[in-house]
Amino acid sequence: MSDMTVAKLAHPRQDYSYAFLDEFAKRELRRRILKAIAIPGYQVPYASREMPIARGWGTGGLQVTLSLVGPGDVVKVIDQGDDDSVNAANLRRFIARMAGVETTTDALRATLIQSRHRIPEERLREGQVLILQVPIPEPLRHIERSMAKTREMHADADYALMWLELYEQLVRYGSFVTGASYPVIVHHRYLMSPGPIPRWDTPKLHQAAHLTLLSAGREKRLYAVPPYTDVYPIEFSDVHFSVEDQNGRVCFITGVDHKFMNEIPQSDGSSLYSLSDTGYAAKLLKRKKGEAVTIGATYYDENGEFYHAGYLHT
Amino acid sequence: MQAISTLDSTTLRPPLLVSTPPLLIAKNLFKRYGRVTAIAGVDITVYPGEVLGVVGESGSGKSSLLRLLNLEEKPDEGEYYLDIDGYQGVNLFDLDRFHRREVRIYHIGIVYQYPHLGLRMHYTSSGNVAERLIMAGERSFDAMRSAARASFLASEFPLARMDDFPFRLSGGMQQRVQLAKAIALRPRLLLLDEPTSGLDVSVQALVLDTLKRLQRETRITIVIVSHDLGVIRTLADRVVVMRQGRVIETGLTDQVLEDPQEAYTQQLVHAKL
Repeated sequence: MSDMTVAKLAHPRQDYSYAFLDEFAKRELRRRILKAIAIPGYQVPYASREMPIARGWGTGGLQVTLSLVGPGDVVKVIDQGDDDSVNAANLRRFIARMAGVETTTDALRATLIQSRHRIPEERLREGQVLILQVPIPEPLRHIERSMAKTREMHADADYALMWLELYEQLVRYGSFVTGASYPVIVHHRYLMSPGPIPRWDTPKLHQAAHLTLLSAGREKRLYAVPPYTDVYPIEFSDVHFSVEDQNGRVCFITGVDHKFMNEIPQSDGSSLYSLSDTGYAAKLLKRKKGEAVTIGATYYDENGEFYHAGYLHT
Repeated sequence: MQAISTLDSTTLRPPLLVSTPPLLIAKNLFKRYGRVTAIAGVDITVYPGEVLGVVGESGSGKSSLLRLLNLEEKPDEGEYYLDIDGYQGVNLFDLDRFHRREVRIYHIGIVYQYPHLGLRMHYTSSGNVAERLIMAGERSFDAMRSAARASFLASEFPLARMDDFPFRLSGGMQQRVQLAKAIALRPRLLLLDEPTSGLDVSVQALVLDTLKRLQRETRITIVIVSHDLGVIRTLADRVVVMRQGRVIETGLTDQVLEDPQEAYTQQLVHAKL
């Protein structure tokens, strides 16, 4: 009996389990994700773990990514369309170090794409998973403060007050002014916040080939848009949803237009524009230099037409 | 003699109040808040097109009664029936929240004494009216605008100010916005909770004029609660006098106010005069 010491009985010391999260955490997250996929747009509560980054920096998306990632995956991390900003670079390095996976900036090569604020311009395909970081998962938050009440409203599909919000915007400003997080109805049932993506990206969720998972670490909620699911922005029958007007904006680096642009103010008061999606821009530049590169079809074509004809009213 | 012989069976009909079924029947209502009994066994019947006044001093249970009739609260006991499509013979207190919401949106309008109870102060006035239509499933912006305009015309609210915020409007105008909101979907029943009590006398008269004209034109059924006998005298056909949660006297307005039978009602009438 004397040799039954704690040191001998205990599991051999390991710094971290694979992909940082312990197996119980990963199992819980995967079960929540399955439930979220089963009920499109429904916010599933989960036990959001402490992560080595602060709440609000992508802990929700990071936990989903870490619970799904395996040695064969290729990971891309986007922050505001950019692969190289501090948040994206840190998350990508963390995921690669913890899971030993390959990383990429090419949206077509990636199997898992964790993103903040943007969906890539190139069409994602079946089998790819897009993980969006969400600060406020509750689309009814600003019209109803009580969480108990908003859950009741979701249960009753009582979303009428959202249209009152639209009415107010039209009366006061003459157009819909919600820029990011434009609320959508998923699968003709649940009202959902698509996360702080611009209106430009909202239609990309409709009948998409890829799986979209949205996760809010601080609010401890995750939800999903399964592949090939109807997603419609809320609008009036006579005043329609529209995306940001990108007409006349040409990327000064790559020369393309009809994509989502970053505006770069110049000292003389004018503006330059550059592609927000830097992974896509890098591939365009490569092609310009004559290097071999595969560029996929984009959601919006060179004339600015959305790939689901008739989805957007013009 | 001549006059009597010209009366035939077509003109000699029983009064409407007798021949038509009541719109509203509330039976045996009890409501307690802790140790306080707000309503102790109230029965009320209101006929279509009638204006029923509820008078009584503060704390007599008038407003509690109106909250029950507006389905805002459930009573401890009692039944409540409205003669509206799909809900005949259904005790409205037994409805689930979905159907309760439907009854409140389509069939009951309410004007509160304090506008902030009935209006969203940081939404435009027309938005407040449009809310009713949106709740009822309207999704056309143009339809909402024209319905809001029609409703504001009926409540005699200046259209030039329909997109102002209620908190920028005077008290009388706020009451008119509440009224426009209440009647936007042409409900069968309109509940008025001290609608003019916060207003000065001249504005009060104007709002009462509007209410009276509206009632005359649309024949809407109204239950009005007030401690002001002048308001009741102007609007109501029939009066219910409440005290300590009970109805102590009921009858035609003129009859009750001119010849009160109960000592308390006499006191009330004399206090006014």
